[in-house]
Amino acid sequence: MGKKVLIVVGILIGLILLVGMWVSGIYNGLVKADEGVSESWAQVQNVYQRRMDLIPNLVETVKGYAAHEQETLEGVVEARSKISSLQVSSDVVSNPQTMKQFQELQGSLTSALSRLLVVVEKYPDLKANQNFLALQTQLEGTENRITVERMRFNFASREFNTKIRMFPSSLIAGVMGLKAKTYFEAEAGAAAAPKVKF
Amino acid sequence: MLRSLKFCLLFYLFLVTPAQLGALDIPKKPTGYVTDEAGLLSEHARFQLEHDLGNYERLTTNQIVIAIFRSLDGASLEDFSIRLADTWKIGQKGKGNGIILLIFQDDRKVRIEVGYGLESRLPDIVAHQIIDQVIAPSFRAGRFDDGILGGVAMIVKAIMSDASSDEMKNTAELEQEAAKHQNVLFMKWGAALLLLIVIFDFVRYSAYLGSHWQHSDRYHFIEWWIRFALLLFLLNLIFRILFYSRLSSSGGYYGSRSGYGGFNGGGFSGGGGGGFGGGGASGGW
Repeated sequence: MGKKVLIVVGILIGLILLVGMWVSGIYNGLVKADEGVSESWAQVQNVYQRRMDLIPNLVETVKGYAAHEQETLEGVVEARSKISSLQVSSDVVSNPQTMKQFQELQGSLTSALSRLLVVVEKYPDLKANQNFLALQTQLEGTENRITVERMRFNFASREFNTKIRMFPSSLIAGVMGLKAKTYFEAEAGAAAAPKVKF
Repeated sequence: MLRSLKFCLLFYLFLVTPAQLGALDIPKKPTGYVTDEAGLLSEHARFQLEHDLGNYERLTTNQIVIAIFRSLDGASLEDFSIRLADTWKIGQKGKGNGIILLIFQDDRKVRIEVGYGLESRLPDIVAHQIIDQVIAPSFRAGRFDDGILGGVAMIVKAIMSDASSDEMKNTAELEQEAAKHQNVLFMKWGAALLLLIVIFDFVRYSAYLGSHWQHSDRYHFIEWWIRFALLLFLLNLIFRILFYSRLSSSGGYYGSRSGYGGFNGGGFSGGGGGGFGGGGASGGW
């Protein structure tokens, strides 16, 4: 009799241990996916900041040659200052509204910059300026990095969102109170090159 | 029923293909430093590049590969480039020290894709200048060998700032020392092992002799045979020791073990897991 009880207790303890290991495995997977999203978000912010840092220099250089283009230049400066005034907290990745705002503001800077680069075509002296050429290359490189990091962020987000929706990890995610992460959407008009009007 | 299913499947296939046209398939991982699907390079230039880039990787651990294709088929160069970089994983893991020189013959497009770890040493503007001032002019004149060899030389030169050349020397010295140390260690352990075997055999042999001494007549032949075998074994040992010491002192034995480095252009061991973040520059000719 005593032996039987011992066996049952042993089996129960074994089962509890197994379930515990299983749950902690799922938990760790969720934490890892969450970290992955945070990490790629940090990279996204890095590359956007890199673009922000390029702008004062770019605007100064263009001003020296194309003072007539006040409107376009101001558009860039304004779009930039709007972004720096936006408070981006760390939970932006799970807050669709802030994310949308962030994306819209960055999008308006993108279009302001492409307008500037179109206007610049009218100034051959500026286009031959070494400093401007360097800035233009850096800007191109930064835009490319932004595309790459946005793509990676979307991958990480998708992975995380799939995890928290799939059974059985969805149960644990529910207990942990994990919210779905947002995505970057393709920028409106990003696919279409800016139109050149003469 | 089956036919309509088939039709649906066909329709689905046709529906899907145009959307994916933009996404050109990424070729499999490269087998050498140079992948030339367009046949742009001469045999000589290709051989030289394999050799030089192999040695360069051995000295610096930086991986530079060249990928030449015929056409983008309407795909975006930058998109293709980053996907290629993510698949091939050129450069060492954690260091991100890989560079890919991409060339599309029909589109007349060039891109230098720079790994995370080399972005500061080869900034976009330098990559742009290399394409604009070295590669493109040669390509325009139809001298593809010159353009690529010159471009690679400029990339190497750009990466090798003062600090990095010091680092390179140090790594090379360290590697040599490590190899020497390894040789000595191998010799010592080898000698100890051989000595152990000899002692073990000797003990066994004397134990055998001790137990069979009284039957000397009967076991005479066996004893003689064992002595002969022992003599052969000792001769073999001496010869082996001489052979290995000669080989390891001349470096030949270890030099041929090039699996991890690619010494003398011998082996490209594949990408090491390097990360890319879209750094570099694109251009055309």
